[in-house]
Amino acid sequence: MTATPDLLYTAAEDDLRAAVRALLDTKAADHGATLARAEAGSPHDPALWHTLATGIGAAGLLVPEHLGGHGAGPREAAVVLEELGRSAAPLPYLTGPVTAATALLGCDTAQPAVAGLLRPLAAGSTLCVLAVPLTLGPGAPHPSAVTTVDGRLTGTVSAVADGAAADVLLVPADTGLYAVRTRDAAITPQTPLDLTRPLARITLDRTPGDLLAGPATARAALDRALTTGAGLLASEQLGLAEWCLAETVRHVRGRHQFNRPVGSFQALKHRLAQLWLEIAGARAAARNAADALATCAPDTALAVAVAQASCSTAAVHAAEECVQLHGGIGMTWEHPAHLYLKRAKADALAFGTPGHHRTRIAALADLPGPRA
Amino acid sequence: MSAAPDAAALRRRTEEFLAAHPPARTGRTAFLRARFDAGLAWVHFPEGLGGLGAPRTLQTEVDGVLGAAGAPDNDPRRIGIGLGMAAPTILAYGTEEQKQRFLRPLWTGEEVWCQLFSEPGAGSDLAALATRAVRDEDTGDWIVDGQKVWTSSAHLARWAILVARTDPALPKHQGITYFLCDMTDPGVEVRSLRQITGEAEFNEVFLTGVRIPDRHRLGAVGQGWEVARTTLMNERVSIGGMRLPREGGMIAPLAAVWRDRPALRTHALHQRLLELWVEAEVARLTGERLRQQLAAGRPGPEGSGMKLTFARLNQEISGLEVELLGEEGLLYDDWTMRRPELVDFTGRDAGYRYLRSKGNSIEGGTSEILLNIVAERVLGLPAEPRDDKDLPWKDLAR
Repeated sequence: MTATPDLLYTAAEDDLRAAVRALLDTKAADHGATLARAEAGSPHDPALWHTLATGIGAAGLLVPEHLGGHGAGPREAAVVLEELGRSAAPLPYLTGPVTAATALLGCDTAQPAVAGLLRPLAAGSTLCVLAVPLTLGPGAPHPSAVTTVDGRLTGTVSAVADGAAADVLLVPADTGLYAVRTRDAAITPQTPLDLTRPLARITLDRTPGDLLAGPATARAALDRALTTGAGLLASEQLGLAEWCLAETVRHVRGRHQFNRPVGSFQALKHRLAQLWLEIAGARAAARNAADALATCAPDTALAVAVAQASCSTAAVHAAEECVQLHGGIGMTWEHPAHLYLKRAKADALAFGTPGHHRTRIAALADLPGPRA
Repeated sequence: MSAAPDAAALRRRTEEFLAAHPPARTGRTAFLRARFDAGLAWVHFPEGLGGLGAPRTLQTEVDGVLGAAGAPDNDPRRIGIGLGMAAPTILAYGTEEQKQRFLRPLWTGEEVWCQLFSEPGAGSDLAALATRAVRDEDTGDWIVDGQKVWTSSAHLARWAILVARTDPALPKHQGITYFLCDMTDPGVEVRSLRQITGEAEFNEVFLTGVRIPDRHRLGAVGQGWEVARTTLMNERVSIGGMRLPREGGMIAPLAAVWRDRPALRTHALHQRLLELWVEAEVARLTGERLRQQLAAGRPGPEGSGMKLTFARLNQEISGLEVELLGEEGLLYDDWTMRRPELVDFTGRDAGYRYLRSKGNSIEGGTSEILLNIVAERVLGLPAEPRDDKDLPWKDLAR
């Protein structure tokens, strides 16, 4: 019997949220500036990232203190991600300090090669990202794109999130997990559907790398990283959905047609009430996943799959309702609704689609499909 | 007792009570009466009225100790309307005499209660109700005439909470008064109302010249709508509040059939099963989160939504179960007209669950009305423009 998860927010988590929100409200509220940077090919705001990662210390939340971090955990990182979802801020938090940090923590942290990456990652001075497609979910077959010959790495990986901004790539290969300096790899930015999460194709051609873990440890570390990434992505999706609902409610209360606020029409009220219900469920599922990750609960894989299956859907639904219920303005480049729609849709593919996670649930909850 | 007791004090008090009233040697009714008098019935009620003025969440301490000792309970499901709706309303609006007269036998189950609210012409728009209560100037009594409907337990009830119109010339919300109605009055006629499942959980109640003494009026004349809102708020709280294990509730029989009978599985049904399983798990977590918020003293608005979610899920899950069963899904276990005392899904087939759960989105507030409530009270969206609030009730379209 699993202990009852804590689905609320602690006072410390509320304080962390307030600090992150205050920062993002002042520095990430200008969606026009975000778009201009994205169109110029570099959506990240380095000054904002420095303040979040180093000033607030968000980069070190998952890393123990003896490895240079703050020794917090997934519940706190989830709160940061809720706020990043709410602002659609293009910052490499999920990829670096969450997913890559978890992969490194799954290796032997007594090894200098591992600890030497964790410390600057936790301090916010170096960005590591996993060199896997953003679509790779927990439980998927181990990536086979990169092979080793004579200790050198060869292969191509596409749709690597924040790949161009990274300093170091963590590359799963046939013989283990390697650290590759991005300056040693060929990095080609790809044009992403989601303007706030840049993607890159990474080509390795007999590229040198530092071995971080052998094949067995690498598999376990990668799966833990993908499980954590997927579970905490749910909190980003929750924050995104909450922004979409709040913004849409604000709009329909103020927008008048037929001599009344359009938000007084029952057809719209029912849609928004349904969305609110779905988001209330998403919050419970996201908190449950974060708490399971934090407590290493025995049903963590199931909690994460449930959170992804529900929060992906809720975020896309919220963003689609946001565009539709804003009417014409929701279709414009000027209004930020499209940034949230694109993020929501891309997030639904990230770390496995809802269908991928439901297939996982079929196995984890003993609900097998028809015999082949 | 001056300060409200804490968990340890309540456990101690309960153990002392058990020592003085050993369940094995005490009759059920005597035990329940004594428990009420000891303040252990509902600890959040005031002293002298079955409680101790303690936080509501501490009731589980008392129930845990009593349950472990094999003490009889008051069969709360059988008297749910009394416990969940009549009692909090009497507590909030009753005179001292009314509280003393009604709460004890209500809690022990010696007197069952029912609710005379809905009418054929007043469902979602309850405030439009037409049952009339006219003052007999000689005696001060009220003479009630009208028809009520969807009344669970009316055939078992000793008392009813009743709303009736006392002034048709006022706008509809203002001319209503709330009464406690004696179901044994000769003017009360209860007729069973058969429903789509074949059985009759509900009744129609015809009120013809029913005489209610003024001391059984709850709240002021014309205050009935405000009093009724207290009742209805408590109804929705009691509907959303059960704790479930993972895969508890309506998903359990569906998952069991799925596992036990591989030959029934198809790919299309598998996708729907998994979607509904996830939704049921998320609904369970949402309810758990709501309970944690309540326990922390920070109730969230999620309670307004739980009934909506469970109504939809119960319907979709049982509908899928009928479909999964194939040929068996064409059959029905039993159409015999019966009068169940409880709504109970266990032991009945998928077809019964499918039909009975259709009521989940109608009873206790339709899903459409509840969505309006979420939109207006939680999201702050404006009400639809309406013209019925200020017109005299007698001039409304019917």
